[in-house]
Amino acid sequence: MNWHAVRSIYLFEMARTRRTLLQSVLAPVITTTLYFVVFGSAIGARIPEVEGVSYGAFIVPGLIMLNLLTQSVSNASFGIFFPKFSRTIYEILSAPVSHFEIVLSYVGAAATKAVILSVIILATAAFFVPLRIEHPLWMIGFLLLTAVSFSLLGFILGIWADNFEKLQLVPLLIITPLTFLGGSFYSIDMLPAAWRTVSLFNPVVYLVSGFRWSFYGSADVAVGVSLGMTLLFLGVFAGIATWMLRTGYRLKP
Amino acid sequence: MHAIISISGLSKTYASGFAALKGVDLDIRRGEIFALLGPNGAGKTTLISIVCGLVRATAGRVTVDGHDIVRDYRAARALIGLVPQELTTDAFETVWNTVSFTRGLFGKPPDPAYLERLLKDLSLWNKKDAKLMMLSGGMKRRVLIAKALSHEPRILFLDEPTAGVDVELRRDMWQLVRRLRDQGVTVILTTHYIEEAEEMADRIGVIAKGELILVEDKAALMRKLGGKQLTLQLAAPLEAVPPALARYGLTLGKGGAELIYRYEAETEDNAIADLLQDLGAAGIAFADLHTTQRSLEEIFVSLVSERAGADGNGRGAGEGAR
Repeated sequence: MNWHAVRSIYLFEMARTRRTLLQSVLAPVITTTLYFVVFGSAIGARIPEVEGVSYGAFIVPGLIMLNLLTQSVSNASFGIFFPKFSRTIYEILSAPVSHFEIVLSYVGAAATKAVILSVIILATAAFFVPLRIEHPLWMIGFLLLTAVSFSLLGFILGIWADNFEKLQLVPLLIITPLTFLGGSFYSIDMLPAAWRTVSLFNPVVYLVSGFRWSFYGSADVAVGVSLGMTLLFLGVFAGIATWMLRTGYRLKP
Repeated sequence: MHAIISISGLSKTYASGFAALKGVDLDIRRGEIFALLGPNGAGKTTLISIVCGLVRATAGRVTVDGHDIVRDYRAARALIGLVPQELTTDAFETVWNTVSFTRGLFGKPPDPAYLERLLKDLSLWNKKDAKLMMLSGGMKRRVLIAKALSHEPRILFLDEPTAGVDVELRRDMWQLVRRLRDQGVTVILTTHYIEEAEEMADRIGVIAKGELILVEDKAALMRKLGGKQLTLQLAAPLEAVPPALARYGLTLGKGGAELIYRYEAETEDNAIADLLQDLGAAGIAFADLHTTQRSLEEIFVSLVSERAGADGNGRGAGEGAR
């Protein structure tokens, strides 16, 4: 293992966050606060409890998931897209670094950032609503697994994208809608039976459901299924990323 | 002297179908300065990119100090520093950070003392905390060199090092390259500035249309292909070359005011003395004389155009030149 290289890339990526502290940290926190004010207080006050939890508290896991997914994807995709765009990537490609080390450092940094943000949002949420975490270890497990999986997805996206539009496209057109329709703000049990079935094709349902279970002990799908799906995403995304690096897809002509 | 880089049968055809390299064989000797010359699009950058791991070869094999660049890429790449042609830098990083970053990337532990010396050598020390976007083009070029040397490589690739560089930096760079050679670093540079190759290289390779048409010691190449020319400024113009001097194959220039003699530097040691004697005997007086040697540039242009002409005839000059 070339640990010096992993450390260099990881710290470089983390330094980029520090330089852009305002966009990277403050913006998501403000957005989330707005959600709490609107859904939690203004609208939430008129919504009865969901599965024995106040609506404001009910949406916390979903909101964190929403942030975790978008942040993981955007951090990781930008992290690898930018050197490709500025062509400084020649350095990474000519260095004695293995594919695994490249993924570890870029995805590791992106996942770290996403997790830190999630914790900040969790802390912010605690100001607004009473929080309860029944299975903290599971909570941490889901948080980490999802962050890594979707940072891998971001990494894939960053290699695939050949312009800034495409880089924005996937989060905007796929991740955000899937998260909104994936039970972030409601239990899919509230849906008519037909839509409930359709929802089961939405991968985000499994992530949100498992994560919410770790908070309140109730879930849309069995927690084992959620864990299985999360691991499946991890496997699939890791597989694609490995294939991309091995074949030099859009990196090495 | 055994080869530090050994390239055999190296070919590259890009996805577009463009064949950038066609079966190149080349050995780079340990510790030499090797100049790869060729017109734009000849395959110079592709060749370097394959050795450095930026481009995948279609066929062929490359070893660096005995390490295969694909199977044993870690050992091979750790030995190499690359200064790319384009000025690609992270705009927001400082000089110090970007150079430290590269050192880490190549698996070396931090060594501030070495980096300080390196930056001082490259006149970058007082800019070490400056952001890269604040630097001039020449300074950025220095930073790229510092990055390439940050991990103390044994081989340095300079891809068009002095393209768009001012005289001072060019001189600094030449000095640096010689210093590196003195330290035993092998330097491979690509250029289409012949003067650069002429000034620095120990050996020269000429590449055109993806084929290596010639590899030769610079001195030998100059001797072999660099014919010399003696020009005599005559005291009185001549109408024609006197028959007595026919055996020298002389020509007249400037309307008869100059007498020109072409010869090979390594042959006929007495030819010039004989000629001058015969001139005296023929009663031809001259006011001045000078000799010129064909520059590498002229040699290069004639080689490449010979090649272009040969392609049409089906038989290249390449075989003979190798």
